[in-house]
Amino acid sequence: MTTKKLNPGSYMNPYLSGVLLGLVLLTAFYVSGRGLGASGAIKSTIVTAVDAVSPSHVENADFYAEYMESHPKPMKSWLVFEMLGVLVGGFISGALSGRLKLKIEHSPKITSRRRLIFALAGGILFGFGSQLGRGCTSGSALSGMAVLSLGGIITMAGIFGTGYALAYFVRKNWI
Amino acid sequence: MGPLAAYDIISPDTNLLMAFLIGIGFGFVLESAGFSSSRKLAGVFYGYDTVVLKVFFTAGITAMLGLLFFSLFGWIDLSLIYINPTFLTSAITGGVIMGAGFILGGFCPGTSFCAASIGKIDAMVFIGGLIIGIFVFAEGYPLWEDLYKAKFMGIPKISEALGLKDGLMALILVLVALAMFWVGEWAEKKFPREEY
Repeated sequence: MTTKKLNPGSYMNPYLSGVLLGLVLLTAFYVSGRGLGASGAIKSTIVTAVDAVSPSHVENADFYAEYMESHPKPMKSWLVFEMLGVLVGGFISGALSGRLKLKIEHSPKITSRRRLIFALAGGILFGFGSQLGRGCTSGSALSGMAVLSLGGIITMAGIFGTGYALAYFVRKNWI
Repeated sequence: MGPLAAYDIISPDTNLLMAFLIGIGFGFVLESAGFSSSRKLAGVFYGYDTVVLKVFFTAGITAMLGLLFFSLFGWIDLSLIYINPTFLTSAITGGVIMGAGFILGGFCPGTSFCAASIGKIDAMVFIGGLIIGIFVFAEGYPLWEDLYKAKFMGIPKISEALGLKDGLMALILVLVALAMFWVGEWAEKKFPREEY
């Protein structure tokens, strides 16, 4: 695969990217017996942080206790290492394509401040929802589709259905 | 025979190294496709950029067909692959809340890490939100534990639910994906935006 410097804003053909992503996902199944994911890595980090601050809380609160039972070393988790890889891979791609830039990306019709407020609100909702849904778009939806999981498809429908339902109300942020 | 980790062909520590390498591939492809831009991601909801649709469905069917063929050739034991169990109530409500998060924030966890890695501050703020959201879930767990564990369905497959063979289900999903691509291409022509 040649790596020539692309123009900023010039992206790989989406269907080619999709095939490559599918191959990455297939590799995950073949090598590690599981699909891709993301939200779980943040969960591990939070459990670890809370444990560092208050081990007794982790013992007493169901959410943390249940997690520690199945993951005695939360940071030594597949997802944590995978997400570290995502940071590296994203950075390399951005560097090769000239897209490395510290900035707040937003529609010219809204302010940066507004963008950040919505980013924070969106993150809080998504974080909460990812726990209820036992995974995010990578874990539940994408990996779920590949293994024909009914739960995965249901969650995916929930995510995209709601996105479309609410799109009109926040259209000023995007278009 | 795969999964390599399940058959102890690779050690748990090697598996973690593989996770890191797989992650690099994941992050690289996501960024190359433009998933490091919230405005590209949100485009699927307005029609001006359906990269999410195209990449998602292509990746899904590629991996799905890959798994079916690997299984056919005896290269992988599908029964040893970890699949999330389905709890109907939380699968739906979680999806709905995530959908709201997606359209408000313009990211999902994987893409936010990818965007943060190239310097997008809105992605970093989104990640801050993720941490808060998960923490709220953790601390208030007793309040929603019942909902979270309601309507356990095991690990049902779509094919089983529809009474179809896996191969036929795969064919149907490929056709659905092709329909999605057609819709995506049509939408981008119908709702064009200037470069973003």
